[in-house]
Amino acid sequence: MPGASTPKTQADLLVRGGTIVDETGERRADVLVSEGRVVAVEPSIEAPRGATVLDAGGCFVSPGLVDLHAHLREPGGEIAETVESGSRAGALGGYTALVAMPNTEPAIDSAAVARDVLALGQKALTEIAVAGAVTVGRRGERLSPMGELAELGVRIFTDDGSGVQNGGLMRRALEYASGLGVVLAEHCEDVQLAAGGQMHEGAWSSRLGIAGQPALAEEVMLSRDLALVALTGTPMHFLHLSTAGSVEMVRAAKAAGLPVTAEVTPHHLALSDAVLQGYDPVFKVKPPLRGVADVTALRAGLTSGVIDAIATDHAPHAPERKEEPFDEAPSGMLGLETALAVAYGALCLAPGQSDEQADSGWVPPGPGPGVPLGELFGWFSWKPARIAGLYEEAEGPLGRRGGQGGPINPGALAHLCVFDPSATWVVDPAAQASRSHNTAWAGRSLTGKVRHSVLAGEVVVLDGKAQR
Amino acid sequence: MTLDELLEVRRAPAARHLLSINDLGREGILEIMHLSDAFAEVSERPIPKVPALRGRTVATVFMEPSTRTRLSFETAAKRLSADTMTFTASTSATVKGESLRDTVETIDAMGIDAMVIRHHASGAPARVTEWIGASVINAGDGTHEHPTQALLDSYTILETLRERRGGEALGDLSGLRIAIVGDIKHSRVARSDVLAFAALGAKVVLVAPPTLMPASLEGWPVEATGDFDAALGELDVVYLLRIQAERLGEVLLPSLDEYHWRYGLTRARASALRKDALIMHPGPMIRGVEISPDVADLPASLVTRQVHNGVVVRMAVLFHLLGSGEI
Repeated sequence: MPGASTPKTQADLLVRGGTIVDETGERRADVLVSEGRVVAVEPSIEAPRGATVLDAGGCFVSPGLVDLHAHLREPGGEIAETVESGSRAGALGGYTALVAMPNTEPAIDSAAVARDVLALGQKALTEIAVAGAVTVGRRGERLSPMGELAELGVRIFTDDGSGVQNGGLMRRALEYASGLGVVLAEHCEDVQLAAGGQMHEGAWSSRLGIAGQPALAEEVMLSRDLALVALTGTPMHFLHLSTAGSVEMVRAAKAAGLPVTAEVTPHHLALSDAVLQGYDPVFKVKPPLRGVADVTALRAGLTSGVIDAIATDHAPHAPERKEEPFDEAPSGMLGLETALAVAYGALCLAPGQSDEQADSGWVPPGPGPGVPLGELFGWFSWKPARIAGLYEEAEGPLGRRGGQGGPINPGALAHLCVFDPSATWVVDPAAQASRSHNTAWAGRSLTGKVRHSVLAGEVVVLDGKAQR
Repeated sequence: MTLDELLEVRRAPAARHLLSINDLGREGILEIMHLSDAFAEVSERPIPKVPALRGRTVATVFMEPSTRTRLSFETAAKRLSADTMTFTASTSATVKGESLRDTVETIDAMGIDAMVIRHHASGAPARVTEWIGASVINAGDGTHEHPTQALLDSYTILETLRERRGGEALGDLSGLRIAIVGDIKHSRVARSDVLAFAALGAKVVLVAPPTLMPASLEGWPVEATGDFDAALGELDVVYLLRIQAERLGEVLLPSLDEYHWRYGLTRARASALRKDALIMHPGPMIRGVEISPDVADLPASLVTRQVHNGVVVRMAVLFHLLGSGEI
């Protein structure tokens, strides 16, 4: 990865005036960085001569964010996104590490493709990790070479984009992976129960005349996988959970001591299926946006610790694809540049601080008071960093990696996100770094914005502008 | 699209469209009913044509084959002296891969006042309103709505009842009990009919096997049952929907024979109806499935009347959206 493997010799960097928030808590402190690492954390630090000073007044300074779920589209989908453009979007969103999903063309199901994507990641504005496919070509037939990929540092395997339909094959995949120190991640969607549904099955799908897929399409596969985890003992991570039933099942599984983790997307925390009443495919995602009760259950799943992480499922699509009729348009929306602000609005603001109406599909914050910033950054940074295997620093065949999400203490790699919780901004799709424009928040105002991002001591975003 | 343009679109005043029966409401539906009455008189004239929309251009854009609906709209437009142009998927750029947006923007650029659109995807006409300046009329979108069908159905019932009463006023559907029978789940006609009939005061009963009912009827002004026979005796109108053979492959029905046995309007069921009950069908009718061949030709059947009224009701819709002043 860029800075970490060869920390650039650079003038010292001082992050001044902010409140540090990391897994040890909150404290008012300046952060001095040298040679890519934190060298001092004190209430007030004098800027060394020649040092770059980042103004963090009124801001929170957290470890850089880690996205477990980014579709960077390279190789094969460069019209929609590249590793470079996706990482720039990530840096603008406060991320210092992204896990690139393997549903590319060809899929990341071999060491050769994984090495290519990791090589592209060397020049990126964030650390790039890759998830490998569970099966060759994501076809659900034969196992990918998980051992060889694990040697390259691949820590997550998934056929994301679709679930592994064959339970017998999933059992073998979990058994085979059990000695490799990796986690298998599932996109829970039973295609037979989903039956071609294009949105959540319920009152809105019935009224709009759009084929629905029931919550059960997710929950049945989740149930099967939880039983397989109990059988094999191999850890699993559940991608983009979307239903109240799923939250309850993961709660019970964790209570029973199963080694499972789960993520939720910002859009499933903020939007309900009512937002589809205009038939705009920008809101078409997999799993589909659900009802308000599901949104509420997902929020509660985070605060109760059942769900571990917020992951974007950043899914760029070229504009013309999202102008196809609803049934034909592809699923997915952008997330990297808006994730933190969207989740902040859904989780940290109080119900009275929003004029959204739940029946519009834009679900206002609440119920209950806003959660503390420390918890929010946990879901975005140190918790996903552990799931991705990026928390510890490690030397891999392609250089040093990781060191993500840890406490901001002297000696730590300087992966930092500086977030201004009071800034308000209007999302302009054309001004985003992504090659695609399919953001659900186009033209809408958000509260909270990433001011600076620091990758191993390099200022990659300064005052909301990407520096390369 | 720049941000300014995006915000401009959000602020833009609504053009006059007919995407859903909900766009009209009870008052709008009644206005169309009265306009239809006026145009019914016009269509009885030796030269059934008025200059109401002279100089206006109506484009029909059919991305799914439906000759009868397209001809009905084009006839309606011509009787109002509008110019028409036709675009059908099989003869056009879509086979070359042109997007819906490019297609409709190109037609709009030729200078049209209204676009009548039929599309196989629900919501396609709603999307088109965001791209073009002309009025958009939904001529059937996927499994969503088919508002002009519901308007002609409503008019056909009102007109038939007036004839029976020998009265002058059209009235509304208050006090009537109307059953819609068949594949409600996939029917755009049912979605529009439910809204129109209920807005005009009717009690609507949906009759279908559970596999062909929508997943949720929350917010629908209807009763629902799987028992056609139990519902028969109280009905004023039986509205039959077409059953498509592809539902068998989706494992929603065991067979068309079984459907006919449980939900078809057989001779036996027809005789269990009240004597004055009306029988309707949006066409094309599959005899031997949703209706027995002999029942389809009973005097109680309004099927031909529905087709006839299609033209006058579509004249009323075009005039309602595009016209001004006197007919």
